[in-house]
Amino acid sequence: MTAYLAHFLVMVAIYSILALSLNLLIGYSGIFSLAHAAIYGIGAYSSALAALKLGLGFWGGMVVAASVGAFASALVAIPSLRVAGDYYVVASFGLQVVVLAIFMNWTDLTNGHAGLPGIPRPSLFGWVIDEPYKYVFLAAGFAVATWAICWRLTNSAFGRVLQAIRDDEIAAQAMGKNVVLVKIVIACISSALGAMAGSLYAHYITYINPSSFSLHESIFIATLVILGGSERLSGPIVGAFLLLAIPELLKFMAIPDTIAAPMRQIIYGALLIVFMLVRPEGILGRARHGR
Amino acid sequence: MAAEPAILSVQGVARSFGGIQAVDDCTFDVAPGRITGLIGPNGAGKTTVFNLITGFLGANHGSIRLQGREILGLAPHRVERLGVVRTFQHLRLWSKMSVIENVLLGCATAAGENVFGLFLRAGAVRVEERRAQDRAMEVLQFFGLDARANEFAEDLAYPEQKLLSMARIFATDAPVMLLDEPTSGLDSESLGRIVPMVRRLVDHGKTVLLIEHNMELISELADQVVFLHQGRVLASGPPAEITRDPALTEIYFGV
Repeated sequence: MTAYLAHFLVMVAIYSILALSLNLLIGYSGIFSLAHAAIYGIGAYSSALAALKLGLGFWGGMVVAASVGAFASALVAIPSLRVAGDYYVVASFGLQVVVLAIFMNWTDLTNGHAGLPGIPRPSLFGWVIDEPYKYVFLAAGFAVATWAICWRLTNSAFGRVLQAIRDDEIAAQAMGKNVVLVKIVIACISSALGAMAGSLYAHYITYINPSSFSLHESIFIATLVILGGSERLSGPIVGAFLLLAIPELLKFMAIPDTIAAPMRQIIYGALLIVFMLVRPEGILGRARHGR
Repeated sequence: MAAEPAILSVQGVARSFGGIQAVDDCTFDVAPGRITGLIGPNGAGKTTVFNLITGFLGANHGSIRLQGREILGLAPHRVERLGVVRTFQHLRLWSKMSVIENVLLGCATAAGENVFGLFLRAGAVRVEERRAQDRAMEVLQFFGLDARANEFAEDLAYPEQKLLSMARIFATDAPVMLLDEPTSGLDSESLGRIVPMVRRLVDHGKTVLLIEHNMELISELADQVVFLHQGRVLASGPPAEITRDPALTEIYFGV
């Protein structure tokens, strides 16, 4: 039972990192991305490969993951964020599709559908973090660090510029803000953090394959942000907790697996519709009063 | 008055949209520490001139110099950093942000706007932020908006929103302020608040170039007037001279 609970908490922490980092784009910058699962996957694969092929281990792998994630994001962000408007949605969708295709088809590197087994567990000062309950501390530590980074980014002069860009890009330019640069920077930070979540996941599960990083997953992460409330820093964490709890609760009901899986999808869909209708600002709502 | 070197000099600037020549061989100077009024009938190209100066539009040809330095073709944020700020006809306030935040975005916060500075120079960021807060409050006091500092910009009355749009660019320390119709849509009482304010900008060392529709107000507002018609400068000089010229008033009022 503790292992079960620990596993649940590890996954909540990993998805909190994903949702927090995606919210830097969706909530704070007004940039909608459909590539967050691809970034998560890039983190997982590059960290796993760095560990398996280069022997870098978890910590080195995480650095590689964050760098590759930020780089992949910059490749898409630099051309598409130069243009105002919603091009990034389309470009990020493209990134999602291409990255997944690479995971599945570059078999020499990624082993295709079969995936990569035997990813080493992290160790800290010789202490191997192998049990789920130990991993809770590691994942929660990273989640707290991510929260702190996001807090600093959004509660500062930089955060003010982000909000100004989200609310009126032209005014921000006229006030001397380098809008394109700021957007590229935040896309890279968001991706570096998302890729770190991938690294945490890979070294926790010790086996990855492309199915964990599909477009569905991207939409799921965006759902966490929107349901939790993108106007508050803690909204995405609430979203992650609740949406991961629902399938666990379904397990306790006498529902066969064949029904439980589609039920999950139906419940997510229904929740999204209900929220858009009655509480479009998400569970936690706005940080300040407003309309 | 020709002895005074221009702070901003527009030379032979032209810009067309498709077949329409919005600005054509436009040439005029803006004297430092003065209020220059850009007037002309609707469609004369006044706002286009603003967009050309501030980098929101590129020109087909010509030159725009700020203190001798070419600024035509630079991105808007670079033009601002070199010292030209502007308001917009439709204000473009950050309406979901507070009044003071609107002004803070004009204050100098380079360390806090830099991601590396944010994490690696926390002390410098804190000092800078406190200075910016003080400066923003000062600016709000100057514009008589300090009592509304923590309200949303969208909750201000329209004349106060106009003042805020001026306050946030005043906070930038850029010497040249371009005001796009600072008096439009205001009743006479609010005019009594805004018009002296524009004067006070100059007293604080600013150079003002403004677009004005009201021919009666222009004499009160401007030291120098540039009359624009179909993208060309038809005349320039002291307001009394321009408003008395029957040929110009005929173009202006279309009689």
